[in-house]
Amino acid sequence: MSIQVKDICKQFGDFVALDKVSLDFPTGELVALLGPSGCGKTTLLRIIAGLEQADSGQVLLDGDDASGTHVRERQVGFVFQHYALFRHMTVFDNVAFGMRMKPRPQRPSEKQIRAKVHDLLKLVQLDWLADRFPAQLSGGQRQRIALARALAVEPRVLLLDEPFGALDAKVRKELRRWLRNLHDELHITSIFVTHDQEEALEVADRVVLMNQGHVEQIGTPEEVYRQPATPFVYGFLGSVNLFRGRIDGETVRVGEDVLPHEANELEHGAEVVAFARPHELDVVPDAHSDAGVAARITRILAFGVTARVELDGLNGAGGQHFEVELTRERVAHLNLVEGQSVRLVPSRLKVFERNGTTGASA
Amino acid sequence: MAGATTLNWAAAAHADTAARFETRDATRETPLVKWLVLGLSLTFFAVFLLLPLVAVFVEALRKGWETYWTALAHEDALSAVKLTLTAAIIAVPLNLVFGVCAAWAIAKFEFRGKHFLITLIDLPFSVSPVIAGLVYVLIFGAQGWLGPWLAAHEIKILFAVPGIVLATVFVTFPFVARELIPLMQAQGREEEEAAIVLGANGWQTFWYVTLPNIKWGLLYGVILCNARAMGEFGAVSVVSGHIRGQTNTLPLHVEILYNEYQFAAAFAVASLLAMLALVTLGIKTWVEHRAAHASRDETPPEALQDAAS
Repeated sequence: MSIQVKDICKQFGDFVALDKVSLDFPTGELVALLGPSGCGKTTLLRIIAGLEQADSGQVLLDGDDASGTHVRERQVGFVFQHYALFRHMTVFDNVAFGMRMKPRPQRPSEKQIRAKVHDLLKLVQLDWLADRFPAQLSGGQRQRIALARALAVEPRVLLLDEPFGALDAKVRKELRRWLRNLHDELHITSIFVTHDQEEALEVADRVVLMNQGHVEQIGTPEEVYRQPATPFVYGFLGSVNLFRGRIDGETVRVGEDVLPHEANELEHGAEVVAFARPHELDVVPDAHSDAGVAARITRILAFGVTARVELDGLNGAGGQHFEVELTRERVAHLNLVEGQSVRLVPSRLKVFERNGTTGASA
Repeated sequence: MAGATTLNWAAAAHADTAARFETRDATRETPLVKWLVLGLSLTFFAVFLLLPLVAVFVEALRKGWETYWTALAHEDALSAVKLTLTAAIIAVPLNLVFGVCAAWAIAKFEFRGKHFLITLIDLPFSVSPVIAGLVYVLIFGAQGWLGPWLAAHEIKILFAVPGIVLATVFVTFPFVARELIPLMQAQGREEEEAAIVLGANGWQTFWYVTLPNIKWGLLYGVILCNARAMGEFGAVSVVSGHIRGQTNTLPLHVEILYNEYQFAAAFAVASLLAMLALVTLGIKTWVEHRAAHASRDETPPEALQDAAS
């Protein structure tokens, strides 16, 4: 089922949770709503489910306005961050709950329910836990049971609210992959909310980035990561180095230092912020060059495949911290040591006008 | 009084900590302090709690079993028992329903005047029961607001069973609600939301999800509510009129017998109330035990990690 939201507004007191949000969720896709806490993503999900009422705007389920439809009749599956399993029921009864609550004429027989529950428990690979109580399960198992329970009523959409938020890192990673496989098997239209960018990029077909009640960018994981549309998206997805400066012809001037930058539509003298990811910066020992931003190495972390160099800005970028990712060979080749003064030269720089969202890449 | 009504869910966990605290040299107090504190509290317990309880039974049986049985089998005593039971049988279910409704409204919905309602629920605890009784006299009495209308329609509330029931309901109102509000607030709305999304209607959600989650707290509240309903003196005394064999509850009957210098009979009837208290304590301890058990089951045994799956 396709979902559309149109001009959704929602306020809690003075706090604007959603400000005219319009989105399209096509049938069969797995979409991530990604953003920092308080950006309105959970509120939007709850409005789609019907657990929250929008102040204005429409939710269209399969093209029909659902504003007047009760949660019960929306046929959505909802998975909560803290599982919300019924603690006094066994796993089996939890999964069977939705089917047992149906009005008598539509209710499957107890035998059909039994078969269906066992199918679902097999699907989430926890068939052997049917007689346990939720308290006897680990967090990851509980969330899989919660998912089985949501799927039991054959929902037309699946909504997941920070489904892995309460789990530890290792289990999260496993469940992420597992959820993706499950979606590939079932192809049910799914929306999941997360504040974890890695999770969104790894699992979703498409990512919707939200900030302060607005949609910042919509795109495939690759698009949003490679071509961030706004400074917010740039900063939110992955670590990033930031330079504040002014456009000066073909360069960005940061204090007295200069960053090379190709010509674009930005006016001469425009105040800009420039972004570069850690792997898009190179370190050049001071003596060799006068291009780039001056910085001093504070720490070299060389335990991984790549080495991470942390630096403090000097001159124009004083007081700022930078992070550069280099190969270990490069670090050895340059003889970098902590405390050394160097210059940072970006291989790729994304420039945004300050207080604006007009972007241009170099 | 109000503070004593909350079910102690974590009692079991505390016992372990206390034992560990006591067995370690680094945290142990000197024997002197230990025995001083223990001695003080045990002496206090013996003098102020145990002694009166024993005294009730000793005084009741002072003139032998025969007097004891005669006092209990007296028709006024039996009618007092009947009235006390009637009042409790009406008041407790009413407060059960009111209490669950109030707690549900407060814990699950946001509305204007919520804090006012919470404060209001405590009113019967904070106001003297005598005042509560007087309020009913003021409303339903012959000179009261509704008095003339009631008299014209020949409805008797004051100095009759309805008055006693009303006073009992008023005095025992907070027990169930106060027990449930913190419990339901702590449990939040998520399970109910999950039930609704899964297609359950309001009644199904309450019956299959909410009620099982609050059953121990609810039972605890009902037990306390019942104990108070049967033992209430002040408010009932004001509205009852003390008509023997008609509007006397057990506590009022005890007072009358005592005022007539029938000490043995008074204590015999009082021993009934004392036994009621002991039974209540017994059930209460059992409920606490079960509740602690239930809540202990809810702490996840992290030994069952995902690795096992």
